[in-house]
Amino acid sequence: MREVAVVGFAQRQMAEFDGSPTCVELLVPLFAECYEQTGFTRKDIDFWCSGSSDYLAGRSFSFVSAVDAIGALPPVNESHVEMDAAWALYEAWLKIRTGEVDTALVYGFGKSSAGVLRRTLSLQLDPYTLTPLWPDTVSLAGLQARAGIDSGAWDERAMAEVVNRSLTDAEKNEYAVRRGGSSVEELLARPMYADPLRKHDCAPVTDGAAAIVLAADDRARGAVDRPAWISGLAHHVDPLHLGGRDLTRSPSAARAGNAAGVADVEVAELHAPFSHQELVLRRELALADDVRINPSGGALAANPMFTAGLNRIGEAARRIWDGSAGSALGHATSGPALQQNLVCVMEGRS
Amino acid sequence: MSRTLQAPVTVSFDYTRSVGPVLGRFLTGLRDARVVAARTSDGRVVVPPPEYDPVTHRQTEDFVEVSPTGTVTSWTWVPEPVPGQPFDRPFAFALVTLDGADVPLLHALDVGSADQVSTGMRVRVRWAGQRIGAITDIEAFEPLDDVVSTGSTTGSAAAEPVTGVVTPVTLDYLYAASPEESAFFRGLEQGRILGQRCPACHKVYVPPRSACPVDGVATTDEVELAHTGTVTTFCVVNVPFLGQRITPPYVSAYVLLDGADIAFLHLILDVPAEEVRMGMRVEAVWKPREEWGTTVENISHFRPTGEPDADYDTYKQHL
Amino acid sequence: MGKVPAAVVGVGQTHHRAKREDVSIAGLCREAIDRALTDARMTFADIDAIVVGKAPDLFEGVMMPELFLAEALGAAGKPLLRVHTAGSVGGSTAIVAASLVQAGVHQRVLTVSFEKQSESNAMWALSVPMPFIMPVHAGAGGYFAPHVRSYIRRSGAPTHVGAIVAAKDRQNALRNPFAHLRNPDTTVDSVLASQMLWDPIRYDETCPSSDGACALVITDADTARAAESPAWIHGTVMRSEPTTAAERDQVNPQAGREAAAALWKQAGITNPLEEIDAAEIYVPFSWFEPMWLENLGFMPEGEGWRLAESGGTAMDGVLPVNCSGGVLSSNPIGASGMLRFAEAALQVRGQAGEHQVDGVRRALGHAYGGGSQFFAMWVVGDQPPSN
Repeated sequence: MREVAVVGFAQRQMAEFDGSPTCVELLVPLFAECYEQTGFTRKDIDFWCSGSSDYLAGRSFSFVSAVDAIGALPPVNESHVEMDAAWALYEAWLKIRTGEVDTALVYGFGKSSAGVLRRTLSLQLDPYTLTPLWPDTVSLAGLQARAGIDSGAWDERAMAEVVNRSLTDAEKNEYAVRRGGSSVEELLARPMYADPLRKHDCAPVTDGAAAIVLAADDRARGAVDRPAWISGLAHHVDPLHLGGRDLTRSPSAARAGNAAGVADVEVAELHAPFSHQELVLRRELALADDVRINPSGGALAANPMFTAGLNRIGEAARRIWDGSAGSALGHATSGPALQQNLVCVMEGRS
Repeated sequence: MSRTLQAPVTVSFDYTRSVGPVLGRFLTGLRDARVVAARTSDGRVVVPPPEYDPVTHRQTEDFVEVSPTGTVTSWTWVPEPVPGQPFDRPFAFALVTLDGADVPLLHALDVGSADQVSTGMRVRVRWAGQRIGAITDIEAFEPLDDVVSTGSTTGSAAAEPVTGVVTPVTLDYLYAASPEESAFFRGLEQGRILGQRCPACHKVYVPPRSACPVDGVATTDEVELAHTGTVTTFCVVNVPFLGQRITPPYVSAYVLLDGADIAFLHLILDVPAEEVRMGMRVEAVWKPREEWGTTVENISHFRPTGEPDADYDTYKQHL
Repeated sequence: MGKVPAAVVGVGQTHHRAKREDVSIAGLCREAIDRALTDARMTFADIDAIVVGKAPDLFEGVMMPELFLAEALGAAGKPLLRVHTAGSVGGSTAIVAASLVQAGVHQRVLTVSFEKQSESNAMWALSVPMPFIMPVHAGAGGYFAPHVRSYIRRSGAPTHVGAIVAAKDRQNALRNPFAHLRNPDTTVDSVLASQMLWDPIRYDETCPSSDGACALVITDADTARAAESPAWIHGTVMRSEPTTAAERDQVNPQAGREAAAALWKQAGITNPLEEIDAAEIYVPFSWFEPMWLENLGFMPEGEGWRLAESGGTAMDGVLPVNCSGGVLSSNPIGASGMLRFAEAALQVRGQAGEHQVDGVRRALGHAYGGGSQFFAMWVVGDQPPSN
């Protein structure tokens, strides 16, 4: 079976993007950046795949105008998932593995600030027995955080440690929309927001777009010095209903991790929009204590919907490219309280 | 001047959901002030009942009634409720395991402050006075030690089983136009039709675009277009539809403005619909200046100029 | 480096109706899935992964409904993907499901697509008013009618061709127990007498709005060889182009032409009219049958209407098109593309029942979406692919 690598990555994040929810304006320069990194041109890209959401944009077929950013005449081989673009990367990876194409450009975009994000996401719930109550994302995460605190799986201090490390690391990330660590004590002294969550436990509402270039075998070697070869890529889903799940666990994350093979990773970029969710993921992925978690600052520093998972893969790939890691993991999540999870493990080869 | 034009948009619809036999059983129970759960193949009592068994995947058939009283297994405080939530003042969402059930149900818990909630506290359902067969028939949970509040538990025994539920979904967005579109709409406010040229293929786009769809680069050089053009193709709309702002019949046409390389969709009026033709020469009819805004609606419609029709060869590549 | 061969071994669909008030969204999907699994002689335990497709989430008012459906669809604990490529989504979803097998990642994949249009109103969902612009379209019919007019002008087709296609598909639907519209009295004259909705498109030349779902089980070669009459996948193609662009051909779009050319090449077909024995083509407005006959290369440009007018696309014609009754008889939007792919599979498996064409060896499934800009197609055959 052919080998596939991540060879290009570009991102833009902001608290509030004042342009069109089609995000074409953001995508055009991202594609240009990807071409520059890889030496590819538009004509070298065999397959395009994107991830976005109509409900984020507030209109049907919101992804349709995004193909303008490609410059899609002559026509292109293209697809779209109504999921985080990490799953678009999965579809592109499949396409390359079939041998039909050698290269792919994957992109995601979303303008979370166009509506009230935590309310919009209530529409992801059971439409008969949950959505009519409009349980917002922060409330659902609060129920999960409390379950972990009550059971002793974690405590507020552990959550604050995650936040402090993330926001400290975010100081070095030019794309972070929230940054600046302090101390665990200072964080714990801040007021509760959605008890048991403080505001810093929740990812900031973020707009943005991102793009990743995949290439097979020699096409990858020709594009960058040290491609981030995908050694494992898998995703799984759990039932949605919170009542039926042990909220302190994420079986789908564990399954994805097992299938992708995470034993040797040195760096893990975890998509944890709430501080305690990083603790769940570290346990489910059985990451060793010396694994460097979220050097980018992670989702607590910037969480552009439908892009943040793809960003984790891109950030992990960068550690391979620059030689700072031999093996790195990018993770994406979707749905309430870590319902669906994807793990992408990459490695450098000499 | 802001970089882009922005305006609110409301996306609102009352969805009519058919619920099928399992959820129908649950919702019928709620209407009658009873909580109906399912016994799943692994022996658990689950509420709301899953439509299909998590192990055997068969449709749920074994129903049991559970108590309206239960225990909080997790909770969170909601300091800033959003529209549609059970209360517009701070409250808690709680997972409550009802007596007789094995897994919790999510609903609101009506207490005044976070320090009145704790995991393990005993609560009971407070029924809504008017029940229709919806999850909102449970108004909220309330602490068991509270005085029983109003709300009737008598069911309308003769009523038919619940088969559907209407769920209003209203979302408010702030829509923004792209910078290129904003320039176009601002031009319209001054009675001008402004296109832009693609720097790569030199085609003139109206409205201008954040990406030329052929070259993937933003259109740039501004081109002011004539208010006259040619109908490339059209249809006569005879059908009324939800949200329509123009009364049928009317002609919806692609108008290729003189100087543009892409047709632009608008109305043709001041001429009987059956006389509109491909190739017909038309001109923009503007609303009175005092009604102008940053909108395409400044152009009321297009009407025939009376010039001879354009030759098919001059516009056939625009079909 | 070749692809792993893949085949369809299970097909299921719902009874499509204007309102399926007897089922929930999950119930609708399960009706199709359970039939597909039974057809494949499998249970959920045999399935490695699930791929879900549907058109805009605004139709049902649920954001990413596959999340709440995960357990009911048997996806809990498995990989679950959700595809959305506008009207072509049913076809694209089947192609993504096939690629899971063809990439060597899974052996047995279940795919389902659906739309429960009666939960809302498609015209509303597609025409949410936007600031600054003026809504002059009137739904999908208003969008496509001007392009039909352009086709008639370009090809010189007689204006009754649309009615011939509509009457044929509605008569075909009488042989399909799952079809939504079942009106034995539809004739060319009755279609011509129906109301002109979006001139030049008449009421009877348009598709209905349906609740419905379709499911397929797609497997690797070893599994398929053990199954009864698998439909082998000989080629899959997706192509996209922008909705609007200067001088874009909206009657005979380049993306469709290039997709078809690539598809025939993959499937080793040099003369599609001779080598394809049955075609299920996405025709939501009857005039799109002649338009797509040209776009797909079955007929030269400007000649598609001649095949339709002469009865060449009837069940006993040289190229039977939409023997199931097609989109014109059942249109659960998100599932409509997969129904085309599924009906093509049924034809090569000899399992299309009363609308079976004799001796079908290779069949086309076709879907398109957006402003005639997203295309998804496959060719299936009764024998494993030789390429």
